[in-house]
Amino acid sequence: MRPTASRLLNILVPVKRTIDYAVKIRVNPDQKGVDLNVKHSMNPFDEIAVEEAVRLREKLKDAVKSIKVVTVGPPKAAETLRTALAMGADSGIHVEIPDSAPAPEPLGVAKALRAVIEKESGGVDLVILGKQAIDDDQGQTGQMLAGLLDWPQATFASKVVVDAGKKEANVTREIDGGLQEVKAKLPLIITTDLRCVSLRSLSVQWLILNSLHHSLNEPRYASLPNIMKAKKKPIQKLTPADLGIDLTPRIETIKVSEPAKRVGGGKVESVDELIAKLKEAGITAVKA
Amino acid sequence: MLRETVQRFAQDVVGPKVREMDENEMMDPSIIKGLFEQGLMAIETPGELGGAESSFTAAVIAIEELAKVDPSVSVLCDVHNTLVNTVVRKYGTQEQKEKWLPKLAESSLGSFCLSEPASGSDAFALQTRAKKEGSEWVINGSKMWITNSYEADFFLIFANVDPSKGYRGITCFIATKDMGVKIAKKEQKLGIRASSTCSLNFDDLRVPEENVLGEVGKGYKIAIEILNEGRIGIAAQMLGLAQGAFDKSVPYTYERKQFGQPVGTFQGMQFSIADAAIQIETARLLTYNAARLKDEGKPFTTEAAMAKYWSSVVAQKVAGSAIEWAGGVGFTRETGIEKYWRDSKIGAIYEGTSNIQLQTIAKAVEKRFS
Repeated sequence: MRPTASRLLNILVPVKRTIDYAVKIRVNPDQKGVDLNVKHSMNPFDEIAVEEAVRLREKLKDAVKSIKVVTVGPPKAAETLRTALAMGADSGIHVEIPDSAPAPEPLGVAKALRAVIEKESGGVDLVILGKQAIDDDQGQTGQMLAGLLDWPQATFASKVVVDAGKKEANVTREIDGGLQEVKAKLPLIITTDLRCVSLRSLSVQWLILNSLHHSLNEPRYASLPNIMKAKKKPIQKLTPADLGIDLTPRIETIKVSEPAKRVGGGKVESVDELIAKLKEAGITAVKA
Repeated sequence: MLRETVQRFAQDVVGPKVREMDENEMMDPSIIKGLFEQGLMAIETPGELGGAESSFTAAVIAIEELAKVDPSVSVLCDVHNTLVNTVVRKYGTQEQKEKWLPKLAESSLGSFCLSEPASGSDAFALQTRAKKEGSEWVINGSKMWITNSYEADFFLIFANVDPSKGYRGITCFIATKDMGVKIAKKEQKLGIRASSTCSLNFDDLRVPEENVLGEVGKGYKIAIEILNEGRIGIAAQMLGLAQGAFDKSVPYTYERKQFGQPVGTFQGMQFSIADAAIQIETARLLTYNAARLKDEGKPFTTEAAMAKYWSSVVAQKVAGSAIEWAGGVGFTRETGIEKYWRDSKIGAIYEGTSNIQLQTIAKAVEKRFS
């Protein structure tokens, strides 16, 4: 049965332009931030989110009416939107802030997203976000958005199954004890975690190596024809004023410093020596 | 975005296989498949025929980025795009374009068969013959030094239909492997070992008359014109090679310490590194400029010759330095630095030797003053 209009899903995927995962981070001399004059690209978790949306469309076909991507960022963030368009999104929304503006914070972004969603004439049924951005690692935006909209949320998703007809989703979540399955009605907020499939993206591989989790999917490379098509897809430009929101930061960064340099360890010849060294180091729980 | 995408593809998909392919002297089929899937094998082909409908400069960038990781993969993509696809696109009839370009965009690898044992620089001295028999052309002869030939399915074969007319008998024919193209000896090379370079034999190879590309007797024009642009593709390959070698070796010099400091901070090394950076930049500017002139429809023959010649010189020099900067480690095959130097040597030889390039440039200069 062909899905009726009321069963068509509009998916929104917020994406963030972050410092590329492979860049060697340098703390600024003023210790208030890091050197931003380096390569930037789409937050790897957001790549997974875009990929998940594109895959949902491949599975649900006509039931997915639109995949829109949105970003809150400086003019250069438009490149990140284009990358998402090349991966398969239909159109983009750029909430543009000036280069000189401070980096948006999760609550500000969540408010902006709420405003965007409320403006969408067709409504939004599913918002898929990366679980966190690799620059600030806040991991709050999805949850805050759910709170602001009073929508259900399924975070750290490692598997998403959507029933467009019933307007429900079954989401498997990565939690400390293992996996948790939740069922929720749409509209729904999902944040993507990782899950191991054969990994194509090096940035996602890096994430795997740096975490114990598995990847939700392997983000595709944008093929050249898709990149060319992406150039023609529309990007709507908005300002925070258009959305009636205030992005003034509420958090003040006191200090940014590098992690303490790793001090070399030592080798011991015997268990007795090990115990002696541990005692020396002040570990009193050791009993000879 | 194109550059970034190709870069990621090159690093993620090609990178892990480079050493293995070089040691085995064999292109991994999954790489060829990946190139097709990414749309990198029909960069300039119109969209309705399955291509990405991009510019020549886009092809140059793709070739450059691939070469940073593996010049063998780069030349496979370069020959397919700038020689094979472009010939069909420029000289083919509408029927031929509709028949062949989609296949070339999707999965059929192409090969450009001009050189023979007795004719390289003197291309027009080729001996392969084609005789008309009814509605077919019967081709006899052999080709040598043909890139992609081991994996190719589609061949552009240059043969002479009337030796009494000299080069004005040379004609370009389309043939597919199943028509009876025989792959003979596969060369064992110093560099770009994963790129197949074979001799081909045509033993009463029959092709239908509709497979004549362009006009009978006008093949020589196709060859001259296409090699002109192919030159810029090779310049891009050599440029990427130089950059790849540089990018692999320099970071190591900032980590390797001797006498209490990273070797890359010794002044002698710094000067050498700076010099290489300048050389790469000169090659880059020549290459991009030649590509720009071509995309703008302006004359570019001399600039293309300069770019190809100079990029191959820079590639060899920078790749050589890259080995020395990394010391003993640079000399072992494990790190992959020495491979760039071996790969660079062909730059001065194929698609027009350096002497031929110099001659082209000299002729242009002479023309100005006479």
